[in-house]
Amino acid sequence: MNEEPNKPCEKSCAREGKKTNRRDFLLAAGFGLNAIAAAAIGIPLIGYVLSAFFKPSRLEWIKLGPVRDFPEGKTRFASYENPVRREWDGETAQIPCWVRRIKGNEFQVFAINCTHLGCPVRWFEESKLFMCPCHGGAFYEDGGHAAGPPPRGLYTYEFKVENGVLFIKGGDLPNLSNQKI
Amino acid sequence: MNKLLNAARGVFLWVDDRLHLAKLFESTAGHHVPQSSGSWFYVLGSATLLCFMIQLATGIMLAMVYVPSAAESYTTLQYLTYQQDLGWFLRAVHYWGSNFMVGIMLLHMTQVFLFGAYKYPREITWITGLALLGLTLGLAFTGQVMRFDEDAYWGLGIGAAILGRVPFLGEQMVNMMLGGPIIASETLSRFFALHVFVLPGGVLALVSIHLRMVLTKGISEYPQPGMLVRKETYDKEYAAILKKEGVPFFPKAISKDLVASAVVILAILACAVIFGPKGPTGPPDPVQIDTLPRPDFYFLWIFAIAALMPDWMESVALLGGPVLIGLLLIALPFFNGTGERSWRRRPVAVMTVILVYVALGLLTYLGHTSPWSPDMDAWKGDPTPSQFIRGRAPLELQGSVIAQFMQCRNCHAIDGIGGHRGPDLADVGARLTKDQLVRQVIQGGGNMPAYGKNLSPEQVDAVVAYMVSLRPSGVSAARDSSQPGRPPME
Repeated sequence: MNEEPNKPCEKSCAREGKKTNRRDFLLAAGFGLNAIAAAAIGIPLIGYVLSAFFKPSRLEWIKLGPVRDFPEGKTRFASYENPVRREWDGETAQIPCWVRRIKGNEFQVFAINCTHLGCPVRWFEESKLFMCPCHGGAFYEDGGHAAGPPPRGLYTYEFKVENGVLFIKGGDLPNLSNQKI
Repeated sequence: MNKLLNAARGVFLWVDDRLHLAKLFESTAGHHVPQSSGSWFYVLGSATLLCFMIQLATGIMLAMVYVPSAAESYTTLQYLTYQQDLGWFLRAVHYWGSNFMVGIMLLHMTQVFLFGAYKYPREITWITGLALLGLTLGLAFTGQVMRFDEDAYWGLGIGAAILGRVPFLGEQMVNMMLGGPIIASETLSRFFALHVFVLPGGVLALVSIHLRMVLTKGISEYPQPGMLVRKETYDKEYAAILKKEGVPFFPKAISKDLVASAVVILAILACAVIFGPKGPTGPPDPVQIDTLPRPDFYFLWIFAIAALMPDWMESVALLGGPVLIGLLLIALPFFNGTGERSWRRRPVAVMTVILVYVALGLLTYLGHTSPWSPDMDAWKGDPTPSQFIRGRAPLELQGSVIAQFMQCRNCHAIDGIGGHRGPDLADVGARLTKDQLVRQVIQGGGNMPAYGKNLSPEQVDAVVAYMVSLRPSGVSAARDSSQPGRPPME
């Protein structure tokens, strides 16, 4: 039996202990430094990815056209350029909506998106109904729920008339989370 | 000749000495499997992986031409389909490859479920498989967006509308999904990043765990009725099976996988050549609202559920349903991890599979036909068959015109022609009395809008007179049972 490893030691063991301490320290330092480095690279990355999560939608007043383009008592198709557009948005920058001029400066501007699952509703002048092609939602002339699965009436844009021009406040995709009215 | 062989052998030995290839081969492709697993039922996993490989290869090639920009992608899709040499073919193989991948993966999952292969000790194989299914469906949805046409645009809208139903964080989730407050260039870019980098990377990582489990815990032996799985004894029993009838996967058990692989590749190619690529349909132009948004077939059943569910449970079901199903499937090997494996002695498992397949099949069929959608052009395009015109009084004829003009036909077919949202009107006169018809037209109800404000009393009279006349010949008009003495209205 070789007793060598278990033999009580003096000088050499003290040195061994020191060495271990230094190794432990280096390991701890390695982990610690990498934790800092990981945070330094990780936090900006997460911030980059989540920036859309925390960015609140910024609505802007958008010109829809002169009031005279919208005859009284009628509902007309209109479109506007999305205010948060990028150069490479292409056709997707143009957003459609339905403008109902009740009379004078009294308007209702409806989002195109069905309140059920966002498909584009179509207006039928004769029956005075909006119909959705996806799941059969239908809405009355004033946007009220008429039939089908939608949980509420059509989304409306805030509007104002200035110098004979109709403006609406837009810039996001209307859905159940952001449209309270 | 001998010299040449010796030289080749020398090179191989040199490489093997550095990389230990023979050892690697022995512990992977050469690992022993129960002879009973060399069954046609066991080829589905490798076939799914093969589909993924085809998707990787064709996807990389498509990415060499495709431009993920909201302004350009539609043009590049057109270019790929009509101008780039063999571009249509690669698009078609990628599209059909995705269909096959989802389909075969479902079959694989069904087989694993019916054979009880998810039971002890293969829980992690099952769970990574579920994650792979999730990633694959993610790839299918993001891939549908890559085909950036009108369906993709409104499909994104549907996704955003579902996320918008999340309580408290809905708006943030929508912004996160769209890369901003609205569907635009950044939406496409982030779906591209998901489709091309994140999700395929995740699939590769999970496949390696999935396959690692095949090596550590072995492929399950073909289940025999009465052979129960017990945690205490299963590992020993499995080792005994391997010892008794274990064969190396390569070359003894791989032959059926090879045949299946070739069949799958040829089937994908055949579909690609015969049916071609899907779309693109119209451009992703939101102003072009004359559209009929429909998802690809793997999501049609969800599309159908969204139409058929009562609206009070819709948000809960759309958001909670996937979570609940996911948790239930993850928990399966833990609450049902031992006991009988053979489907011959697991009637509940068999019933579950039948039920799920029938439900998915019916919902997909309904999603495909969408009887709940109004036929937007029926009112101006669909003819009224002559037997529903002939011999009518002027008032009734006027009613027929009003019914047409007021878009009634968008939801109501006459003798099968027109929309199917509401009941067919061909025999409505035999089902409803004049009073009931007046009430229904004016007040609506049961998914019909009220027309009271949009029709004058004269128009209502005319429409109802026409409806009363709509009944099979020789059948008298419906009578009010509460007033038996009253003669039927004409």
